[in-house]
Amino acid sequence: MAAAELAGVFAVYKPAGVAWGRVREAVETRLLRELNAAPGRAPRQQVRFLPASAPGGGGAVGLVAARLPVLADHPLVRGPRFKKLKIGAGHRLDVKASGVFVLGIGHGNKLLTDRYNCHLTRVYTVGGLFGKATDDFSETGNLVEKTTFDHITREKLERILAVIQGTNQKALLMYSNIDMKTQEAYELAVKGLIRPMGKSPPIITAVRCLQFALPEFQLEIHCLHETQQYLRKMVHEIGLELKSSAVCTQVRRIRDGVFTVDDALPRTQWNLQSIQEAIQSCQLKVETELEKTLGHGENSLLHQLGEGWRHS
Amino acid sequence: MAVWARQVSRWCCLLNTARAVEFPGRLRSRGPRACRVFAPAAALPAAEELVPCGLRPYSHGAVGSCSPPDGAKGGSFSSPESNLPPVQQEQAKAEILPDLNAKILDEGWDDIPPSSALEVISEEEAVQIIAEPLLPLQSSTLRDYVDHSETLAKLVHLGVDLSQVEKRQKAGQLLLTLDFEKDIKKILLFLKDVGIEDNQLGQFLTKNPYILGEDLESLETRVAYLKSKKFGQSEIAQMVSRAPYLLLFSVERLDNRLGFFKNELGLSVKKTKDLVIRLPRLLTGKLEPVKENLQVCQIELGFQRNEIQQIVFKTPKILTASKKRLKQTFDYLHNIMGIPHHMLTRFPQVFNSKLLRIKERHMFLAFLGRAQYDPAQPSYISLDQLVSLPDEVFCTEIAKASMKDFENFLKTL
Repeated sequence: MAAAELAGVFAVYKPAGVAWGRVREAVETRLLRELNAAPGRAPRQQVRFLPASAPGGGGAVGLVAARLPVLADHPLVRGPRFKKLKIGAGHRLDVKASGVFVLGIGHGNKLLTDRYNCHLTRVYTVGGLFGKATDDFSETGNLVEKTTFDHITREKLERILAVIQGTNQKALLMYSNIDMKTQEAYELAVKGLIRPMGKSPPIITAVRCLQFALPEFQLEIHCLHETQQYLRKMVHEIGLELKSSAVCTQVRRIRDGVFTVDDALPRTQWNLQSIQEAIQSCQLKVETELEKTLGHGENSLLHQLGEGWRHS
Repeated sequence: MAVWARQVSRWCCLLNTARAVEFPGRLRSRGPRACRVFAPAAALPAAEELVPCGLRPYSHGAVGSCSPPDGAKGGSFSSPESNLPPVQQEQAKAEILPDLNAKILDEGWDDIPPSSALEVISEEEAVQIIAEPLLPLQSSTLRDYVDHSETLAKLVHLGVDLSQVEKRQKAGQLLLTLDFEKDIKKILLFLKDVGIEDNQLGQFLTKNPYILGEDLESLETRVAYLKSKKFGQSEIAQMVSRAPYLLLFSVERLDNRLGFFKNELGLSVKKTKDLVIRLPRLLTGKLEPVKENLQVCQIELGFQRNEIQQIVFKTPKILTASKKRLKQTFDYLHNIMGIPHHMLTRFPQVFNSKLLRIKERHMFLAFLGRAQYDPAQPSYISLDQLVSLPDEVFCTEIAKASMKDFENFLKTL
């Protein structure tokens, strides 16, 4: 059946201004509509003995055997074949944010847990506006203060970003729980694979400024375990550090693990065929990434530590 | 045959002696309502079904269909709307049956020797034994009964969606107690007289199964009232098919509602009638939200009274729209897209479309530099084209770009 074959992970592009739950429900409704539109099974047949129209002989009743469809299997009595689909959501996006949003269907939901345990970084494009500050750090909040921003230059901004990156690097090393004095730690650091593999506060692994045109600016942020409100708060704090104030105009996720904006399906393509194609095309790279990270994790730390004990 | 009649007659005697007075009463009142409070369960009593079967002499031999029992039930039960508390009946039933069974077993062993299944019987008797599994006493779906009830089978062939009907409150119960020949046929003929087509009847009954339990005379009075208000035959047919609950409203209620709309909107009688014919759901819905929506349009959105009348006449759906959505859409159209009030009065269908759609299309046009909504200037784009065209047509004709460009742009928002 088509619903059982539909299993895997794929990404959609969530538009801004819509809650993630609504996006998940919209995809589910659309898929259910297309699955139910396909012709179902033919109804079961049953043999019934109906009284004959012309009576046979004498007192004995004439019965005619007839093969009739069982009415309980009629589509109007049974209802739609598929009423629900198991669609799970990956890392969530809040209402004002937009971007790559990973969903899993059927057995693909197990891959979602594995992806969560991989702790891969996510990349955001964050737009900011100097000159005002609001209470919820976004443009639609209540205004708290207005300031001048003529003194801000690109170099000052990049200096602040470097400071942020430095402090977050220290936090990264601390929360990844690796002893820094070992050879394995050095090899991981060279490959850039040091990151916390458990719970941690939000950590920013890389920041850079994409555009700077006063009063607007745009940053690209690579981060782990973040929430979108944390990123908006960061924009607000950047404004404070630069002795001015800033609000966040846009938070857009352009990458979630291996899924990029090119893999994400826009709203016009949320149908059965596009989703099946998307699942197929992304399947290979999701599996390689999971194997590399989770398989690698076991090999590098535990396995080698075990070998170390045996040697000594 | 002898075996069957013997057993059944034995049960009959016992039942009649044991609960001579109360049992028929219980039979009568058990049918119409749900035994369980939550599901529209049918109270088809299997034990009592056997009793009427057995009492009647075996001349029909109708083994397949159970229409005689249905008919008997329909005939012997009183009005379908009896409101006896279901819980007490349930408990009383639970008390009775174990009692009776015990009595049957006790007395059965004593006087008459039980018949053996290995007894030799004649061919005619063998043919007439009903060997079907019993119908469930309670069920939450009509699937269990549809093969055994001619009424339900005929409704399915008409096109009624039983899977939706059984989800409604007490609707499934109502359908099981009605008989096609006696009750339903009259109402169907009445609906055909009103003007509903044959192929629409199924959909109509799916949305409003309760009309099958209505009194024919009151329905005819209501149609006569509508005719007295100078609604034509085809107009009444249109209203009834679009708002299936219309004929369940009493004449006073319909009168009140028509009067309400005439007063609130201030349109002429002819225009109010036209409005009601196009959106008859206004008559069956609640009235407070309509009043509030009119207030919102006047006070918060800032439309003049004559502008509101024009908008409501063109798109009556605005009266039943949600206020929050109305405010958000207007805010975006007026403050961000910069469309003045008189343009919105000319194209009120923008209020019916989704805000996300308007936003995306406007931003795409702004990105391309084609966001021009002022008819005085060149390359003007009208608002109804902005919202009502499908995506491909919008991209190629209005925005003069390909669908791929539109999708790539959507991914940058």
